[in-house]
Amino acid sequence: MGNHQGRLIAALSAQFRDIDLAEDVLQDALAAALISWPKKGVPHDPKGWLYQTAKRKAIDRYRRRTTRREKSGALAYQTHLNIMTDDDIINGEIDINGEIDAEQNLPDERLGLIFACCHPALPTLAHTALTLKTVCGLSTPQIAAAFLVSETTMAQRIVRAKNKIKKAGIPFVVPDTVLWTERWKSVLGVVYLIFNAGYSSLDQDKDVDLCTEAIRLGRILVKLLPGEAEAAGLLALMLLTHARRPARLASPDIYISLEEQNRNLWDKGKISEGQNLLLKTLTKGRPDVYQIQAAISAVHCQAASFIDTDWQEITVLYERLYAYEPTPIVLLNASVALSFAQGPAAGLASLELVTQGGNLDKYQPYHAARADMLRRDGQYSKAKKSYGTAIALSGSKVEQEYLAVKMASMKL
Amino acid sequence: MKYMLLIYGAEDAAPAPGAPEFGAFMQGYDDLYQELTNDGVWIAGEGLQDAETASTVTVRGGKTIARDGPFAETKETMGGFYLIDCDNLDQAIAYAAKIPSATYGSVEIRPVMDYEQ
Repeated sequence: MGNHQGRLIAALSAQFRDIDLAEDVLQDALAAALISWPKKGVPHDPKGWLYQTAKRKAIDRYRRRTTRREKSGALAYQTHLNIMTDDDIINGEIDINGEIDAEQNLPDERLGLIFACCHPALPTLAHTALTLKTVCGLSTPQIAAAFLVSETTMAQRIVRAKNKIKKAGIPFVVPDTVLWTERWKSVLGVVYLIFNAGYSSLDQDKDVDLCTEAIRLGRILVKLLPGEAEAAGLLALMLLTHARRPARLASPDIYISLEEQNRNLWDKGKISEGQNLLLKTLTKGRPDVYQIQAAISAVHCQAASFIDTDWQEITVLYERLYAYEPTPIVLLNASVALSFAQGPAAGLASLELVTQGGNLDKYQPYHAARADMLRRDGQYSKAKKSYGTAIALSGSKVEQEYLAVKMASMKL
Repeated sequence: MKYMLLIYGAEDAAPAPGAPEFGAFMQGYDDLYQELTNDGVWIAGEGLQDAETASTVTVRGGKTIARDGPFAETKETMGGFYLIDCDNLDQAIAYAAKIPSATYGSVEIRPVMDYEQ
């Protein structure tokens, strides 16, 4: 099933406006396939077969309910269908394997499903969970493990969200122009949040890779909304970041910084895909946070070594990013780039300005960056103090060990 | 689907009759009424008298008790409602956003229970 599950759940949810029902009848259809396919052979279009069968299962369920009056809305649809029984399908009386156009047989409603899952009327925490559950087909235990919450908590979160979608009538559609900007931003944010959740988990469970799921979602958005530069920029950013992961996680228990990575381990396929996508997108002349961050990532990917990196260009790109995202964190990254472009003293001076713009006392990357610059500048006792703070604030054992090794490398 | 749009706001926040912006404010309600009826989604809608005119009734042990109030703990009180029948929540949100008092108060959207489901 894999990739097809999202398409099937999306088409059924959009049809019946009920994710729970969609999930149930898809299970029923899979059970029917287990009986029918060994007898009749696998249909020409298995996805279409499952969709049509699941749809009939849903209609059967509605019919079994006693109705006091004519149902309206989505249910009126059933009257337009020729109702066939499961036995007809299983016995092959009805040919749904014929030469039906595949798109028509299984409409692609995944965009509508994504917009429903990321609807602002749902709690923010439900957005990522529900998207992963329905569009990516992850199980509740998998999602719970990926986000480090209990299965019960995650199950409740998902059940409540599905229930609200159904009862409040949250539509499975791409919003119109009035609502578009806000909703689209939210969808992109959810995909990037999923990616970052996967990226930041160094002590990771190999069972589910949220980065891969986020890239899958990014590909869906780019395919279904080819005119939207933000989606292409986001996908390029994720590809160019993810491409470097094999080198970053080359040893399971050791954090390997960008400087120490074996660049031969970078995924060249993903890099060239990301670069091509980014180049094509940049020509549209509508830069945004995703495209600028992708450009920064592309500069890293182009460099033969850490020393060869065009740090001046990266500094400039971070300054451009600041215009779109004026946060101290962007300035922190600009300072780090500057420390490599012009030396650690320049970086430390720039970092001083960052702390004036916002309190970063509790922000771990600030202390890690400062410790590194102080070490490179030969200010070892100050560096040691910063490393200590960075280690204490880190939630990752792998990262803590990395920082401890760096701290120990200084000749005090 | 039927949706109840419950309109909340501070009673003294609306433009007073005679204020320069009062005309445009009321025109907003007229325009919305026209739109709701033209779109065929209108079921009902009323503005309510001030919250200080409210009475509360309870029945306890077969005894009916009516009293003054309730008195809201916040300045925001329910000032009116619309009952509409439209296709989905996004449409209800779009109509709710056109209620003039939404610019200073808030609109709570509640789907109406469907006993057939």
